[in-house]
Amino acid sequence: MAEAAESPGDRGTASPRPLFAGLSDVSISQDIPVEGEITIPMRSHIQEFDSSTLNESVQNTIMRDLKAVGKKFMHVLYPRKSNTLLRDWDLWGPLILCVTLALMLQRGSADSEKDGGPQFAEVFVIVWFGAVTITLNTKLLGGNISFFQSLCVLGYCILPLTVAMLICRLVLLAKPGPVNFVVRFFVVIVMFAWSIVASTAFLADSQPPNRKALAVYPVFLFYFVISWMILTFTPQ
Amino acid sequence: MAAADELTFHEFQEATDLLAETPDAVTTSKNDQPTPQGHVAVAMGLGGSYGAEEEVEEESDKAALLQGEKQQPGFWTFGYYQSFFDVDTSQVLDRIKGSLLPWPGHNFVRHHLRSRPDLYGPFWICATLAFVLAITGNLTLLLAQRRDPSIHYSPQFHKVTVAGITIYCYAWLVPLALWGFLQWRKGVRERMGPYTFLETVCIYGYSLFIFIPTVVLWLIPVPWLQWLFGVLALALSAAGLVFALWPVVREDSRLAAAALLSTVVLLHTLLALGCKLYFFQPLPPEHMAPPPQATSLHPHTLLPPTLPRSITAS
Repeated sequence: MAEAAESPGDRGTASPRPLFAGLSDVSISQDIPVEGEITIPMRSHIQEFDSSTLNESVQNTIMRDLKAVGKKFMHVLYPRKSNTLLRDWDLWGPLILCVTLALMLQRGSADSEKDGGPQFAEVFVIVWFGAVTITLNTKLLGGNISFFQSLCVLGYCILPLTVAMLICRLVLLAKPGPVNFVVRFFVVIVMFAWSIVASTAFLADSQPPNRKALAVYPVFLFYFVISWMILTFTPQ
Repeated sequence: MAAADELTFHEFQEATDLLAETPDAVTTSKNDQPTPQGHVAVAMGLGGSYGAEEEVEEESDKAALLQGEKQQPGFWTFGYYQSFFDVDTSQVLDRIKGSLLPWPGHNFVRHHLRSRPDLYGPFWICATLAFVLAITGNLTLLLAQRRDPSIHYSPQFHKVTVAGITIYCYAWLVPLALWGFLQWRKGVRERMGPYTFLETVCIYGYSLFIFIPTVVLWLIPVPWLQWLFGVLALALSAAGLVFALWPVVREDSRLAAAALLSTVVLLHTLLALGCKLYFFQPLPPEHMAPPPQATSLHPHTLLPPTLPRSITAS
């Protein structure tokens, strides 16, 4: 306690008492209990890494993850400039969306000819390898976004197109004809524009301004190809 | 004091001595912006005609100095590949414009690439072309089915795979072969060095850009118009390739130059023709899409007459 050793010396010379001079008299011993809670206010999501989540019920875990996915769906449907999608990225949402889309898009097994719509594996490969290629492109152009954050954003922004697929399947149950096609075309165009706007709202800030168009164009191509697959889907 | 003498900066002394001897010289340093103007000011003082050349020379010297001093990262690092994507939007657009309008004296590599080839353009132009080919081919079938309900329409997704493999193999393997050939003939050339591999990939990649609007225009179901657009696009694209390769091949023997240029043009023609015939023929329901081999071109030649007949019928 070097500071305390100096203060008696100071007290010897007739100077005003230093501020914490009395501390030298205090000693931590058993008769002065030191109690109380030292807690750092933690943000709620750090508790996920706490080992106590191992003991909770499976329902809690699933509901928590589903709520996180649902919250991100809302952020995609109403795109605002927020960082939630980027900060707490997860890949559950993109997986659910990709599997749903691929299941709905695949042709039936009865059609064994080479002509026909994409198989499940083809849709899966296009979505995931397309997203990986776009992410690599963004990083090579010098964007400051991490690999999985970009995959997360691109995967979640497929949600409007999955909704379009559902609507198209319902519309296809009705009578076929030009009205049918026009309705589907209109729905797909609107959802395609929504996807582009949502993903650009999240991704555009990560690029320097003179390269934004170079980074956005592959995203446009990616959603265009998916929209094309949805529009040309014909049930067997 | 002797200690103070030792402590003085000796470099300053040398520099001030040098400046005192030659008052016209200007010291250069790597990073400061105002010196180009300073160089121009000095050159203007010496003589007006020297001004422009001095400035260009100083800039290229500075650029060479900077490039030489930058350490090239190894090919296993991410930074190595990042150097191939070091382009801005305006630069990519400028290169695309340069490939659309080839001009005899106007070398694409020297004028537009300026020794900074990029991989962004070739990669995404090939991807766009592959998808546009498959999509418009499918659209042609859809429009033909509208006119003639006996034709069986299906999404034909396998054509995306075929288009992708064809375009990527053409745009990356043919430049590899060309680069290899130019390297082999390197000894004959004195004046101009051969192009690097990336520069040949850039030449080929950007020359494919003109096929994208051409393929979209091939939706118009008028056969002579389709052939006209195809020939125009092929002429522009092949001209771009030839003008870019001519300065390198010019000093070679006549035979080698002629053989190389005619092979390049022939391969390009085969690509355009193959794409037109494979992706843009609506098939009657009995014939499913055969793989594009030479023998199967004969059934295809029977098909074009069906299109005009169905147009006149509707």
